Parts: sequence; structure tokens; C-alpha cells
Amino acid sequence: MGEIRLKSLLVASLSLLLAFSSFPAMANEDHAGEKLDPAKVIMEHIQDAHDFHFFTLKKNDGTEFHATIPLPVIIYSQTKGKLTTFSSAKFEHGHAAYKGYKLEHGKIHSETENEVFYDLSMTKNVVQMLLALTILVVLMVGIANKYKKGQGVTSAPKGWQNAIEPVITFVRDEVAKPNLGKKYGKYLPYLLTVFFFILINNIFGLLPGSANVTGNIAFTIVLGVISFFVILFSTNKHFWGHIFWFPGVPTPVRIFIMLPVELLGVFTKPFALIVRLFANMVAGHIIILSFITLIFIFGSMSAVAGWGFSPLSVAFAVFIYMIEIMVAFIQAFIFTNLTAVFIGQAFEGSHDDHH
Amino acid sequence: MSLMNILLDVSVSHLGGAIGAGLAAIGAGIGIGQIGKGAVESIARQPEAANDIRANMILTAAFVEGVALFAVIAGLLAVLK
Repeated sequence: MGEIRLKSLLVASLSLLLAFSSFPAMANEDHAGEKLDPAKVIMEHIQDAHDFHFFTLKKNDGTEFHATIPLPVIIYSQTKGKLTTFSSAKFEHGHAAYKGYKLEHGKIHSETENEVFYDLSMTKNVVQMLLALTILVVLMVGIANKYKKGQGVTSAPKGWQNAIEPVITFVRDEVAKPNLGKKYGKYLPYLLTVFFFILINNIFGLLPGSANVTGNIAFTIVLGVISFFVILFSTNKHFWGHIFWFPGVPTPVRIFIMLPVELLGVFTKPFALIVRLFANMVAGHIIILSFITLIFIFGSMSAVAGWGFSPLSVAFAVFIYMIEIMVAFIQAFIFTNLTAVFIGQAFEGSHDDHH
Repeated sequence: MSLMNILLDVSVSHLGGAIGAGLAAIGAGIGIGQIGKGAVESIARQPEAANDIRANMILTAAFVEGVALFAVIAGLLAVLK
């Protein structure tokens, strides 16, 4: 009986994913008459934008209908000394200039010469991050209040507690305690926050039409820098002693090889965290987009080839989607785990048996 | 067309980027395959440790994949610049 339920659940989720991924395939029309440029299309979907663009339909009379949610544009001009805000719909997808600013390739340029301005707009990434933040805060504070009232402590957990408690105990028992030992309580809030924030943004980024937040190098740089400072503030004398005076090697090796290598290692470890998360997410999105764009590449050769190739392409895209869901969880776990490992290495203290 | 002219053409950087990414894929495949081989053999020797071994395998595979994706990013930069 359980196997039948599992099988029907698998079929249901697979068909839902299939339907979802045919969404971008169905209506991803480009500007009428322009030759399809796959690289440009893929780059547009990965980069930040000033509106949520879901699809564009070409109507019978030649005009286009864009299904978009325009986002506010906020520009602070240092030369003019004033703040300008307006809806990005005024740009008309790059065709019109408004109040001295125009949109080119997704970036805002000023029409006046040598104007220094700061683009503080609420772009796709900002809105999605705020959404993830809201969901995280509401969910976690709600669950915490329930625990405070005793639900899940003296009685069985209910509702969202059931979903979140195993994840939190997993992070505590597999990530925090083995790496951080007795001091895990100090770092557990940060580790849990990083884990859930990356996870929620990863999962959101997989939905068609959403923003590619974790695949944005700026986002991962900030996370990596925060982790770097957390690691740095947990270091102790023993750690720096090992870096500047590596035990167990001859002195010339110590000064000329181990010292630069160890000093560089302090910086390359967070750098690897940054690039790992960024590259994994961006690569996954590019693969999915490439498979969907392949349909249109074939379609521009002949309509029959396009339609005939689409089942194969959608099947591959669904397969990659499954892998990307797994990668979303794994990358959040890896970032958290490695941060915990590096923090543990930072305050390790002396070993009883030296190297 | 001298060799210099051919080598300085922009398309060569695209070629280099693509070949680099492909080589990185080979490296990642070999590396993660070895990790999988070691993990599966260890599970065969001691099935009770399967959960610990699986966790370590996924962690190490993410390391190797991270390195391969460094190379992919380098290839992407070669193509886009």
C-alpha cells in the first residue's frame, strides 16, 4: 500500500514539474523578426532585472504582450543631488527614456554626460531576498512561539514544527556539534540562518520567472565575507601560531613555503565558499535554460524540428531540475558545514598528540 | 594569415574557454567517480556505517565539484570577455 502511494506521489510530482518546465518553453517568444541569440537569452534570465518578466506573447496584430511585474526604480544622483523614483514600466522594456535615464541591456544609464548616480532600485533579486527573509522570519518566529508555549516540548509537535524540527536537529547534530564541540550554542543561530536563507533562495530560484539570487556573485560574496568575519573573530593564539610558525617542518620550508601558503589559505577558504555556491547555482540555471533554448534553436531552423525536439528537451530539463533540487539542498548544507568546519579549526586549541 | 593573427583572434579565446570547461568536466567525473567507488566499497565492507559514509561522500563530492566549477567560471569568463 505504501509503495502505491509513493508511486502515485512520484508520478504527480513529476507531471507537475513537467508542466512547470514547459511554461518557459511555451511562451518564451523573443522580439518579432530578430534572430534568436541563445547566449543573450540565457544571460537575460540569469542576470538581475528591474521587473519580473514571466513571458511575452506575440499578438495577431504584431504587437507584443509582456506579462511582467514592474518594480520600482530608485536612483540617487550625486551630481544633481536628488532622489528619483518611478516604476520601471516607464522604461517600456528599454524602448523609452524617462527623466533622463534609459535602460540598456538591463542596466540604467544616464542621458546627461558624466553623471554620477547610484542605482538603489528594488530589482528582482532584492524583492526575492525580502520575500525569502519575510517567509523565514514569519515561519521561524511562529514556530519558536509555539515551542515557548510548550507545544512540541511537553506535547507532540504540530504543523510546521514537524517539518522544521528534523532539519534544525540535523544541522545541530551533524554540522554544529561535531565541528564546534562544546561551543556550538554560540554559532548555531548563525549556521541555521545561513542554511535556511541559502536553501529558501535556492528553491525560489528554481521557479520559472523568479530571480537568480544565489547565482549572483554579489550575494555570495556578502555571505562569504560574513562567514570570513565570523571565522576571523573565533580565532585564537594557537591558530595564528600554526600559521606563522607551522610545527613539524624544517625552518626554511616554514618561512618560505608554509607561511605564504597558510596566510593565503585564510583567504582562499571563504573565497572557495563564495565561488562554490555561485558557480553551482549559475551552472544549474544555465543548463536548464540551455535545454529550453535548444528547442527554439531547433525551431528557428524549421518548425517541425522545433516541435519534434521539444519532448526530448523537456525530458532532459526535468531530469536536470531534479538534480538541481538536490543541489539546492546540498549547496546550502555544504556552505553551512564548511563554515562550521573552518570555525572549529579556528579555535581548535592544542592537540594532545602533536602532528 | 600568419599564426599570430589567427591566435589573436577573439574566437580562439572562446575555443580555449570551451575546451577548459570540458577538461574540467573530465576531471570532475574522474574525481567524483573515485569518491563514489571508495564510498560504495566501504559500505559493502560495513553496511552499518552507511549513513556516515554517505554524508562524507556527499561532502567530498561537493568539494571536487566546487573545483570543477571554478574552471567552468574561468571558461565562462574567457568566452564573455
